[in-house]
Amino acid sequence: MTTNRVLNIDQLRNCLTGIRPSRRQFLGSVALASLMNPELHGKALVQPTPKAKRVIWLTQAGAPSQLELFDYKPGLEEQFDKDLPDSVRGEQRLTGMTSGQKRFPVAPSAIKFQQHGQSGMWLSELLPYTAKFADDICLIKTLHTEAINHDPAMTLLQTGHQFGGRPAFGAWVSYGLGSENTDLPAFVAMISRPSGPTNAQPLHERMWGSGFLPSKFQGVRFSSGKDPVLYLSNPPGITESRRRAMLDDVANLNAIAYSELHDPEIQARIDQYEMAYRMQSAVPELADLSNESSYVFENYGPESKKPGTYAANCILARRLAERGVRFIQLYHRGWDQHNDLPKGIRSQCYDTDQPTAALLFDLKQRGMLDDTLVIWGGEFGRTVYSQGVLTRDNYGRDHHPRCYSVWMAGAGVRGGFVYGETDDFSYNIVRDAVHIHDLNATALHLLGIDHTRLTYRFQGRDYRLTDVHGNVVKELLNA
Amino acid sequence: MFRLCIALTLGIAAIQCVAADRVDFNRQVRPILSENCFQCHGPDPGQRKADLRLDIPNPWDRNAMVERIFSQDSESVMPPPHANKKISDTQRDVLKQWVEQGAEYETHWAFAPIARPAVPCDSELHSEHRVLVNNPIDAFVAAKLRSHEWTPAPPAAKISWIRRVTLDLIGLPPTPQEVQAFQDDQSEFSYESVVDRLLGSPHYGERMAVDWLDAARYADTNGYQVDRNRELWPWRDWVIRAFNSNMPFDQFTIEQLAGDLLPNATLEQKIATGFHRNHMLNEEGGIIDAEFLAEYTADRVETTAAVWMGQTFNCTRCHDHKYDPFTQRDFYAMKAFFHNVPERGVGIYANPVRRNAPPFVQLAAPEIQSKIQGLQEKLGLTIGQLDAFSKSMDADLAKWLQDVPTKLPPWQAVGQSLEIKPSQEKTQKAGATLQLPAGVVAALKLEVAPVLENASFRWNEISVTQGDKTLKVVEGVDRGSLAPNEVIKVVDANRKTNIDISVKKGSSIHAIVAFEQPLQLSDPTEIAIELGIESLDHEVTWRFATLEGPAEFLVSTQTANLASKPANERTANEQLQLQKAFLSHRAQYRELAASIESLKKAIQSAEDEIPTTLVMSEMETRKTFVLLRGAYDRPGEEVFAATPAVLPPLGDGLPRNRLGLASWLVDPAHPLTARVTVNRFWQQVFGTGLVRTSEDFGAQGELPSHPELLDFLANMFRESQWDVKRLMRMMVTSSTYRQHSQASHSWRELDGENRLLARGPRQRLMAEFIRDHALAVSGLLSTDIGGPSVRPYHPTGLYEQVTAGTGYNVYEPGTGKDLYRRSIYTYWKRSVPHPAMLAFDAPFREFCSMRRTQSNTPLQALNLMNDPTYVEAARGVGERMLREGGDSPESRIRYGFLLILSRYPTDRELQILSSTYRRALSDFDNDRTAATVLLSVGSSKLDPALDPIELAALTTIATTLLNLDEAISK
Repeated sequence: MTTNRVLNIDQLRNCLTGIRPSRRQFLGSVALASLMNPELHGKALVQPTPKAKRVIWLTQAGAPSQLELFDYKPGLEEQFDKDLPDSVRGEQRLTGMTSGQKRFPVAPSAIKFQQHGQSGMWLSELLPYTAKFADDICLIKTLHTEAINHDPAMTLLQTGHQFGGRPAFGAWVSYGLGSENTDLPAFVAMISRPSGPTNAQPLHERMWGSGFLPSKFQGVRFSSGKDPVLYLSNPPGITESRRRAMLDDVANLNAIAYSELHDPEIQARIDQYEMAYRMQSAVPELADLSNESSYVFENYGPESKKPGTYAANCILARRLAERGVRFIQLYHRGWDQHNDLPKGIRSQCYDTDQPTAALLFDLKQRGMLDDTLVIWGGEFGRTVYSQGVLTRDNYGRDHHPRCYSVWMAGAGVRGGFVYGETDDFSYNIVRDAVHIHDLNATALHLLGIDHTRLTYRFQGRDYRLTDVHGNVVKELLNA
Repeated sequence: MFRLCIALTLGIAAIQCVAADRVDFNRQVRPILSENCFQCHGPDPGQRKADLRLDIPNPWDRNAMVERIFSQDSESVMPPPHANKKISDTQRDVLKQWVEQGAEYETHWAFAPIARPAVPCDSELHSEHRVLVNNPIDAFVAAKLRSHEWTPAPPAAKISWIRRVTLDLIGLPPTPQEVQAFQDDQSEFSYESVVDRLLGSPHYGERMAVDWLDAARYADTNGYQVDRNRELWPWRDWVIRAFNSNMPFDQFTIEQLAGDLLPNATLEQKIATGFHRNHMLNEEGGIIDAEFLAEYTADRVETTAAVWMGQTFNCTRCHDHKYDPFTQRDFYAMKAFFHNVPERGVGIYANPVRRNAPPFVQLAAPEIQSKIQGLQEKLGLTIGQLDAFSKSMDADLAKWLQDVPTKLPPWQAVGQSLEIKPSQEKTQKAGATLQLPAGVVAALKLEVAPVLENASFRWNEISVTQGDKTLKVVEGVDRGSLAPNEVIKVVDANRKTNIDISVKKGSSIHAIVAFEQPLQLSDPTEIAIELGIESLDHEVTWRFATLEGPAEFLVSTQTANLASKPANERTANEQLQLQKAFLSHRAQYRELAASIESLKKAIQSAEDEIPTTLVMSEMETRKTFVLLRGAYDRPGEEVFAATPAVLPPLGDGLPRNRLGLASWLVDPAHPLTARVTVNRFWQQVFGTGLVRTSEDFGAQGELPSHPELLDFLANMFRESQWDVKRLMRMMVTSSTYRQHSQASHSWRELDGENRLLARGPRQRLMAEFIRDHALAVSGLLSTDIGGPSVRPYHPTGLYEQVTAGTGYNVYEPGTGKDLYRRSIYTYWKRSVPHPAMLAFDAPFREFCSMRRTQSNTPLQALNLMNDPTYVEAARGVGERMLREGGDSPESRIRYGFLLILSRYPTDRELQILSSTYRRALSDFDNDRTAATVLLSVGSSKLDPALDPIELAALTTIATTLLNLDEAISK
């Protein structure tokens, strides 16, 4: 060893006035066993016992139409094929897909609605299973966004900003709360494709990325097939025992290097190899549904036995939740019905309604709905006017950012409650607008986090999920 | 006792630093003000509270400030509790002291002119420090260490140094021969000669380019939702060449920002401007042009400010900066420099040439060009022949024109009608026999009508035969109700192209097909006709007719009408149309026209072989406005191209365009460019910049750890004509760089990031070099430089899940050496970058990025253990151990160790690996299948001469070594 003299850390910092200690220094010095992010502990957490311990975000990619599912507008029947009044349309900018259209004829929903639950919530006939949970659901009819195209809108929904580069919601939560399971990542994303022949918009790895946060907070994508996590399986010829032997050698040799260099990164690498090894058994165990009882598959519906479907992913979501994974995000693609909407949305609901309800049922049955926040929704809504040809039973709808519907359930959310009101055309918000930032602030609040305090310094500025916006919508919460 | 000693030593150090006579505004005061006060009392008037501004010297009430920061009253204390700011007692004391000393301001350090600090003199250093000083860097570092009473680490072993420097300068490990040669070289300049060899390597440019590609946000796709391919790799090659030829950094700057505006700009200089076409392009259907045009120009402003000036201009897009003296107006005045590119906001481009969005240029391709020239000459000749032939037919044309309107031969009904009924089968075929009269038969008419109800069906085929012979028919022109471009779908012998027909009761639809060669029948002849249709819903009847006589009167209704028009009323175009209709019946004309078509196609496809690359170019000035709150549709006042007021002015002699801007950036008086640039190169070598926030030299950025050293290097860089290799050489030949990277726990705790540079740098390799390293040691690496991106191994199914769009939702891995090129050439799709790159902290390349984070995750372990890349590389190392590593297991293990870690194992290490080897050998001997399948991973050929059991055991050793922290660190 050399003869460096030893300084007290604060004094060294005084000497290097202006040179701030790095995050790594902070994080590196705490034991890995501490699962809560130590720097944030006590700073951002405002509730010692948060309502929600985890989130299951059922992202419906492509933008489900609120008019066919949640925002019941019986009055539109009389407006069939009449032009949407200019006074309603206002100065809303249009996408390039309908800005050339000469008329904006109103298309009433071809789908019927019924009232459900004690609260009498109006829900679409396409959601018979979800409707059974009407009294658990808090329906927000007035979510709104600025973006009118998929990529910016989905990026805003996920990261609080229309353009890439910022951390996903799940990455923020992973950064703020850490993991409850040492064998699995804190943030998991899963994607399913529609079963029907519909337009499945592409997604983007950044949507579950960690942005400027260290990449250990990024979402890990689970998929069906041989490797539920990329590079999970050992190569051919390498059995579990051969892998274990190799890992022991790696650990021993790394330990020798550590004893010489004292670089904490080496110790961290030893730990990460161990976690990788644990994941190699934990993930296949998680993905193996063979021990699920047959009634589970009955509940989740006919698609649930096909790996990679939304239904199968919903079962996995419950299994991840059971294992303490903090943030579970499902994406179901295919909601972009610019034409043939009634047919397309039926097919999408076939894919999603029963499994979604089964997931709620499972969580409830296991007592986990009390501390799991479930969110269902897409990146924007759809226009009341038809895109393309309009008939009573067929039409399309363009993108609509000014109002759309999402629902939340579980952990401290006020069930059987409808929040917000839109105008007769489901075009503008009449009362109680909820911006995406408000939704995110509310979800963080349920996780026990003050959204204004969960920050990360990047390029000289403290960034947060809600940027400089967002209010917790107290009305959505149980008293 | 131990604690006491430390406290005692440090007491002195602390006094030296903190209790200096005067408070240093830039180092001590501004960071406190910026962090706690500027948000409400800083440069942004929109956010300013109480009309109080603390970032500039103006007459505010000094005492009130001190009072309020010390106040116990939550109503009056500053910063107010709701601001979430925490100010410590020490910081309060500093502010108080500063006020007592007169509250004097200094220019923010990064905006002050670059100083020329004297190199600390040798005699000022203790002997123990003096040993260290190899060049001026060491003198500055030693002086700083001395002021903290620290000593440097001893030099690293030669073998550690050569691994470190080789990875740093070329991104590849040293070969065993290079390690040996360096160890044997006892000459005075052994270190320098290694450095010179590496700086002269063509791989140096590849290594240097990786960081620049991050800064420039290089990728092979357009990004956003659709994320289709673009072609910009020639710019990447340009960067590699520029580093290799040691292009001075000022020229490097000017050519990339404004190469197209240089007088007589060369193709190379135009290619260089691809730098600012690297931003994303949105092709999503339905986007608004202006919105994304605003995005692209803003991206250029933000990238330029970050890369050359280390400033966070993105804040000023919507409002004046909250911490730094930049206004929103500055942002849009900068935008005006980048706003005059003839480009579009919507990235769907009709131009099919290699899918690039204008403006772009073609690369020089002499062979293809000369081929094109040959084709063009031939084309000219053929056109001449066609013209001559056309002219020779003028008299016949005139006669034909007279005859066409009147001499239409009648259609003669032939054969029986054919009834077709809906069938159980989706597809059905039905045929009829037609008796043709003797004479010339040019065409057939097929007419279909419903029997009882409106009918619809899909018509996909027709075939006509005479005995065994197929008579080829083509789409015919006539007053037919189905247009030729529809009829072509049934005569093309392709079932997938078809016509959807629906015909109403009481009406009919007909199609004309012409015989490719008109039939010359000496006797009445029987032909058979067969129709293929699908999904017929109601019964239909087909009737047939033939056209006898010369085919030249078979013309479209439109042509017939034109011909009836008096000659003097026809336009030139109409005349041409008629001429073409007439000539198309002459075989010679058809042949010439066909060869013109095929020549044109050949020219087009040759053109398509020439690589293109996106470039900047300048059109007339677009008006630029301040955009209120950054919104593209809310223009405010008009602005003109200008540089920020707080920096030295744009010289009078400089043009107000990109060329002027680039020249201004590299003007010797510019305080930022040289500092920011040397800092980035320092970061590349030492892991952390002298300014840790290499992207932010503003008030919120960190102060330099060694301000004098930073200025010394910046000044030297400027005065050496921006000589990058000289700067790199100075850094890697310093003793500071040569130090051992060992450190005690307590030392690590004190200076985890090695900011005082009391030890050598040690970092994990960047994502690209982890893979390159493995490929190199396995012998698989292809050392080709440059060219289009390639597709190495990739997990199957990944694209299908995430992406969409035919041709874009499947990843087709390359073959042969494409699998083993350096990672800088790996195809970079922004929506799904290669997962191994992402796992090791590569950015998405959507925006400028100047500093990668370094994480340590289980996904990295899984990648290194299980990616076929590394399984195959381990086998490659195993093969080399067998072939090149001598005859004993020990010598082979030692050789593999040397290959991967550039050193020999210690006894303990060798012992571990030897026992693993023995175990693996007997393990695989008992399970030979396992050995065979393990060795079958990867597409490189397995040497059949090698014993698979030995090789599998050595592959196990190599896998272990490739997974060591040391293998992926430098």
